[in-house]
Amino acid sequence: MADLSVNSSAGPRGPKPKKSFSRANIFLYGTLIVVSMYYLLPLYVMVVTSLKGMPEIRMGNVFGPPMEITFEPWVKAWSEACTGINCDGLSRGFGNSIQILIPSIILSIAIASINGYALSNWKFKGSEVFFTILIIGAFIPYQTMLYPIVILLREIGLMGSIGGLVLVHTVFGMPILTLLFRNYFASVPEELFKAARVDGAGFWQIYFQIMLPMALPIFVVAIILQVTGIWNDFLFGVIYTKPATYPMTVQLNNIVNSVQGIKEYNVNMAATLLTGLVPLVIYFASGKLFVRGIAAGAVKG
Amino acid sequence: MTVTSDPASRVAKRPNRLFKNLMAKLASIPMILTALVVFVGGTTWTIVYSFTGSRMLPKTNWVGLDQYERLWSSDRWIISIKNLGIYGSFSMILTLVLGFCLAACLDRKIRFESAFRTIFLYPFALSFVVTGLAWQWILNPEFGVQSVVRGWGWETFTFNPLNDPDTVIFGILIAGLWQGTGLIMCIMLAGLRGIDEDIWKAAKVDGIGTIKTYVVVIIPMMRPVFITSLVLIAAGIIKLYDLVVAQTGGGPGLASEVPAKYVIEYMFRAQNLGQGFAASTMMLCSVVIILIPWAYLEFGGRKRG
Repeated sequence: MADLSVNSSAGPRGPKPKKSFSRANIFLYGTLIVVSMYYLLPLYVMVVTSLKGMPEIRMGNVFGPPMEITFEPWVKAWSEACTGINCDGLSRGFGNSIQILIPSIILSIAIASINGYALSNWKFKGSEVFFTILIIGAFIPYQTMLYPIVILLREIGLMGSIGGLVLVHTVFGMPILTLLFRNYFASVPEELFKAARVDGAGFWQIYFQIMLPMALPIFVVAIILQVTGIWNDFLFGVIYTKPATYPMTVQLNNIVNSVQGIKEYNVNMAATLLTGLVPLVIYFASGKLFVRGIAAGAVKG
Repeated sequence: MTVTSDPASRVAKRPNRLFKNLMAKLASIPMILTALVVFVGGTTWTIVYSFTGSRMLPKTNWVGLDQYERLWSSDRWIISIKNLGIYGSFSMILTLVLGFCLAACLDRKIRFESAFRTIFLYPFALSFVVTGLAWQWILNPEFGVQSVVRGWGWETFTFNPLNDPDTVIFGILIAGLWQGTGLIMCIMLAGLRGIDEDIWKAAKVDGIGTIKTYVVVIIPMMRPVFITSLVLIAAGIIKLYDLVVAQTGGGPGLASEVPAKYVIEYMFRAQNLGQGFAASTMMLCSVVIILIPWAYLEFGGRKRG
């Protein structure tokens, strides 16, 4: 009441203040907050569960915060959890995933950036045809190519090894990465390329001295795309590697969904979080670039 | 494409045509091999061998369409297709609707926009295995949502999708939506940002309400964005595999089987390669059926560079 009288006596002065708590806004923020809770719930539940002891979990209420915080499940998930006969925890899968990830990223991005460069600046007869096949290939279900690749890998003796999986990731990462680099290099002014040609620079010289330094942001986008993609892969890992070289996602699934033994939910959730940690860190650290990466991957991907 | 105007120069260049751009050609060898050997070769190989009776090893004992007949008379395949149909249609509609609504909410010049966006998108950074395991735990009947609500006093509350053959696919859908909506929201948001401010001003001048403006003006303008989203969602749906393996393992029984899982089970577990090839060829067919209209809309209907 008092508020109203003050307002009316003073009269309108200056621009009308924006009401930040109009009914529409309350509805808007309310919706967003409720939806946010749905999105945050699983992460919260995983964290909370992984910090509880088993007796506390059996008492029920997955949503309750831990009464007694314990880091034991994390230690156990990392170094003791069993898959089959191996009981050395997720650390092995983590090591494998790193060994798969690093060469895959280097190889796939190197090849794709050169492809993109050749496709936009050094077109040759048929180059567009191969590129089109590559892009169509991105839509073919992996299942149709799984077995021929098994045969190919067996022929070159890489079936079951980390090297084989690296090749597979390079092949299947190629369409989207090539598209990414091709579009980027196509946007570079052609005069620059022509000037370098006039100065007598060749294919590799232009690539390393002009294109590569300019394309650094797009390289970062490509790295983000590949780190999350390869780290999160399950299908190729389960098919092209053997238990000793399983990547982290496959090992995680085997730990959690193993039928023998008592289910230790807290260890399972700690293991799940550990596996999700790498892409999550990349995601939160990269911010806008991640969005750019997936948008690049999405548009006509 | 480049040299056609002057026939004389064309003739002169012909001898070293193969060596023109030699470096670019050499550098493209990995791409050419991938395109021809893996994508074209691999796919063709699988289709050809789907007409054989291969069991443990690929053999060329032709059996015609036997594998396909067996496939379509298999209960497991029918369940897989049904599941994919249910999951696919719900996921497509809900992802589009939720993705668009969330993007529209975020586009209303609100505060903390980037915080909300970060929250909606983070599940997309996680793998399907992590997603599946997290939701498996939340939907766990003994400890999860069901037991918590019962603990509040509603003793008969039942929400146990993962152990009920009739609703298990919706349990997977909840997790799938959680993981994938953020991406579509981001694409939609980019689309909304691309719409001219003046459109909004014009709508305001004409006295058209906000929601009506969205439905009548904005959504038709965003047609390409919707099509891109649809293609993305559809491609993701057909690949659905890891999520099911992690969340339910195809169970209870065979109730949450999906085609991608069927293929892998038959190829790598049941030692029945021919079945696997036939099933994967069917998957390929479904992609082709989706892709051709899209390619037509995108590249055929109106000529764009």
